[in-house]
Amino acid sequence: MSHTLTNISLKIWRQDGPDGQGRFETHQIPEISDEASFLEMLDILNERLIEENKEAIVFDHDCREGICGTCSLMIDGQAHGPQKGTATCQLHMRTFSSGDEIVIEPWRATAFPIIKDLMVDRSPFDRIVEAGGFITAPTGGAPDANLIPIPKPVSDSAMDNAACIGCGACVAACPNGAASLFTSAKLTHLNVLPQGQSERFKRAESMVETMEEYFGSCTNHGECSSACPKEISIDAIAVMNTDYRKSKLKNRKSLSRK
Amino acid sequence: MAQTLSRGPVTGTAVKAPGKKKPFVLDLYGTAVGKKYVMAITGLVGLGFVITHMIGNLKVFLGPINEDGQRVYDIDIYGEFLRDLAVPLLPRTYVLWGLRFVLIGAVLLHIHAAYGLTQINRKARSVKYQSARDYQIANFASRSMRYTGVIVLLFIIWHIADLTWGSTGADWSRGDVYFNIDQSLSRIPVALLYIVANIALGIHLFHGVWSLFQSLGWNNPRFNAWRRNAAIGAAALIVVGNVSIPVATLAGIIEFDDTVVSVHDLHGSGEEEGADE
Repeated sequence: MSHTLTNISLKIWRQDGPDGQGRFETHQIPEISDEASFLEMLDILNERLIEENKEAIVFDHDCREGICGTCSLMIDGQAHGPQKGTATCQLHMRTFSSGDEIVIEPWRATAFPIIKDLMVDRSPFDRIVEAGGFITAPTGGAPDANLIPIPKPVSDSAMDNAACIGCGACVAACPNGAASLFTSAKLTHLNVLPQGQSERFKRAESMVETMEEYFGSCTNHGECSSACPKEISIDAIAVMNTDYRKSKLKNRKSLSRK
Repeated sequence: MAQTLSRGPVTGTAVKAPGKKKPFVLDLYGTAVGKKYVMAITGLVGLGFVITHMIGNLKVFLGPINEDGQRVYDIDIYGEFLRDLAVPLLPRTYVLWGLRFVLIGAVLLHIHAAYGLTQINRKARSVKYQSARDYQIANFASRSMRYTGVIVLLFIIWHIADLTWGSTGADWSRGDVYFNIDQSLSRIPVALLYIVANIALGIHLFHGVWSLFQSLGWNNPRFNAWRRNAAIGAAALIVVGNVSIPVATLAGIIEFDDTVVSVHDLHGSGEEEGADE
């Protein structure tokens, strides 16, 4: 049973470019099916704008099934909108009611400059992953999956953290613009596994320090975890803090042996 | 000719170029994660003090006790005990001053780290959200740490001026703790100030105590559920314990009785003249 929502008004952030002033623009959606996804609703609006010879609203999207981490949007003051544990692409109009005013803003963080309208540049996340979010291993044929035994709780924990899609909702939701949840998830999923041990502390030091070049600090509000489409727990941040402290000691020890 | 792409240096390994390193503690303090460690550790020092201070304060409810056949206020004896800590080993008040320096240092570091972190966080979002935020988890306590922190700091300064220096206008006499508490807190605005400041302290602790577990990386599925309870417990304990004193003073439960001997006279009677201080 599908219903039609009527009279939805959208207050959307428009900005011509990185240095543009930016302002809210209001658009009316006279009617829309409640089966439409949020992004489809924006597509329909864009088609109309193009027909009217106006500029389409720029927003990020790709897989539209919640696994690529491309879509963003601050919807009514919540990253990825009011639905828990989903990305914007998995949000449907049935979450809203007729007559609603929906406010849409881009992620806001100094490290995520606005490219245009609702699209931001999230490349500092790439810098953090480049700093240590990998294991250095010889490439070649895939090793047997049971070559290194891993206890089930450990692999579960690694998997929970590896679920991070790097969308940046944690930064967007954090009152401090901190990327602690992203960094700690990327770090923890390797640091709990046997394959990640040899570079564990180098990784912790390097990733945290790269993170701090761009982002704010954690004050343990927990907003990040609540906004996370993969519901990654802030337990990861505690692991990061521990590993970073240890890395400061261990790296010094190994350096002094040189 | 093969085309070559221009690219930056290869960053193929997770090794950060080893620079000249500062001493471990300074190196760690230079980072945001390190500053959070300092916040947590100095916060723990403060929490330890606040709990001990409250236990000591609650001696006011024990009233006068018999000491060498004379009635002396228990809390006055406790005050003397603090000044006499480790006395045969060290001169009088040395340990007390040592503890005071640790506390002053902790407070200064706590403020310095908080200031540094606030600056980092301001820079991290130079353009604020232009629409209203709808916070899900962040609570009043976590959002107001800066403000409750400033209130508590100003209160500490007032509190020291009030009961340690006796310079806020109430009748005051060095070492007569019970008398001073009664004199100061019998003033209704002052009693209200103490109540409000302790509630601010409780709100600060409610987030601070929970937060320090995360900052120190104390995260374990076995006790994670208890971290919030510990924060509620600590905040409630401090607020109830401390607020009970101004309330009891206003209610007349704490009422100075001038037939009770001052702790100075007690010492004077048992020892040679001039032996004390």
